[in-house]
Amino acid sequence: MKLSKLDLELLNAIADIKEVPRGALNIRLNGAAVIRQSSPNISVGPNDDGTGLIVEIKPGTKDETVHVPVVLTQAGLQDKVYNTFIVGEGADATIIAGCGIHNDSHAISRHDGIHEIIVKAGAKLKYLEKHYGEGSDSGKRVLNPTTVITVEAGASAELEMIQIKGVDDTVRSTVAHVHEKGSLKIIERLLTQGEQKAESDIQILLEGIGGTAQVLSRAVAQGNSFQLFRAALIGKAACLGHVECDAILMDNARIRSIPELQAEDADAVLTHEAAIGKIAGEQLVKLMSLGLTEQEAVNTILEGFLK
Amino acid sequence: MLKLEDICMQVSNDNGENIEILKGLNIEFQKGKVYAVTGPNGGGKTSIAKVIMGIYRHTKGHIYLEDEDISDLSITERARKGIGYAFQQPPRFKGLTIKNVLNIASPEADLMYLRKYLRDVGLCPEDYLDRDLGAGLSGGEIKRIEMAQLLLRAPLISIFDEPEAGVDLWTIQKLLGLIVSRYKNNPNKTAVIITHNEKIIPMCDEILVVDGGVITAQGTPKEIWHLIKDDIECKVRDQCQGDVIYEIK
Repeated sequence: MKLSKLDLELLNAIADIKEVPRGALNIRLNGAAVIRQSSPNISVGPNDDGTGLIVEIKPGTKDETVHVPVVLTQAGLQDKVYNTFIVGEGADATIIAGCGIHNDSHAISRHDGIHEIIVKAGAKLKYLEKHYGEGSDSGKRVLNPTTVITVEAGASAELEMIQIKGVDDTVRSTVAHVHEKGSLKIIERLLTQGEQKAESDIQILLEGIGGTAQVLSRAVAQGNSFQLFRAALIGKAACLGHVECDAILMDNARIRSIPELQAEDADAVLTHEAAIGKIAGEQLVKLMSLGLTEQEAVNTILEGFLK
Repeated sequence: MLKLEDICMQVSNDNGENIEILKGLNIEFQKGKVYAVTGPNGGGKTSIAKVIMGIYRHTKGHIYLEDEDISDLSITERARKGIGYAFQQPPRFKGLTIKNVLNIASPEADLMYLRKYLRDVGLCPEDYLDRDLGAGLSGGEIKRIEMAQLLLRAPLISIFDEPEAGVDLWTIQKLLGLIVSRYKNNPNKTAVIITHNEKIIPMCDEILVVDGGVITAQGTPKEIWHLIKDDIECKVRDQCQGDVIYEIK
């Protein structure tokens, strides 16, 4: 299967793929897998009902990456996929997911990616998911990712979820179960523009003693866009959890941030901090005093903030 | 080099009344000299610096850089013409590294220069170049990075606003040495240091005392010392429990 220039441009935007990578891989194009390959340590295959993938990373695998990007270029397509990722005991792996939509029509293009991730005891996972949309007509580009992740005893996972631009509507749901001495870090970076709407709902259940969780959200809302961020930390044992939400608000945009802490154990230490505001005038003035124009200063601050 | 002609600046207070912060200032900064601007808090020292940089707008008068009237130029344009300002309280940036900001200050400078200037302000480049210029740094570290930016940029006129604030004595001595060696007798550059520090003042070629929005005295350290020594010696005695450790030459 040969990928078109447009397919490769979208793959590059979401997964830094300039050519088909070696190793474990599944590229889903317009609702169907077009390239699928396994590696000796990572198997990539269909699930039982054919609605998505099962990716299994062998126990003890070190420094390997699997790419599972999704591309939608067919106007009006409503795509839904159920993927399961199992990171074997003691493995250390990276999963690069993400979805790019090109929609030049008036019809809605939509992708719902439902992922279950199991990070087995002592394993380490880095998961990257980048979302991007583009197109010239009024057809909306909609992305609704759902992630359920289990971090078993002594395992660690870092989820980095980025929405670059061009996605008109998104409802992101993330539920995490963190077991004894498990560690989870979720980094979310979100840019909305124009009339776009984005909603992110994160719920982390710290179920085992010594579990830790950190949520770091950086958001920029421009134009008339709206963002809703909810993050709930539920400490069911002696654990440590922190939620941090920083947002820059521009033009007529709106952001609503709702952190929630629920401690069910006296030794659960849960904290949150949230800050929403415009770009500080002193930051602009500082960069302008180094020779940048006001617009260059704004761009520099936003790029850094969302980096 | 840089000339302020009859500069006035007004601001409105909470009652809507106009308050005059700068009152008809006439100053000329010449090339090859290091100037100290001193005086009591609220006297107008930082306002002068911000008016020169274009951060505050003056309400009357003209500012000339190399005989060109720059009164109507923006902050960006003034920076590009050769005015630089190290803030008294520099802002922090989430997500921008020290290397990013030094690169903005001097896009043509290579990594070797960035490292050199960090070392000059007493920071180990290996530890700092890739660090975020955010909440993880102390006030003193932010201040040193601010000075590194200005030294690296090396504009025609460099204004250092209270460089001593939050910086340890050893580093400030080293920085002053750098400023003096860079600017004194340099045929193309001028340095202006806003300061209250008794160690900085005698190192400068000329002192301007600003109080109530006007220049109340101007001259060499020797000429001016008798006017400010009471304030400074009181401060020194207080700091050193009675021993005056500073002597003007």
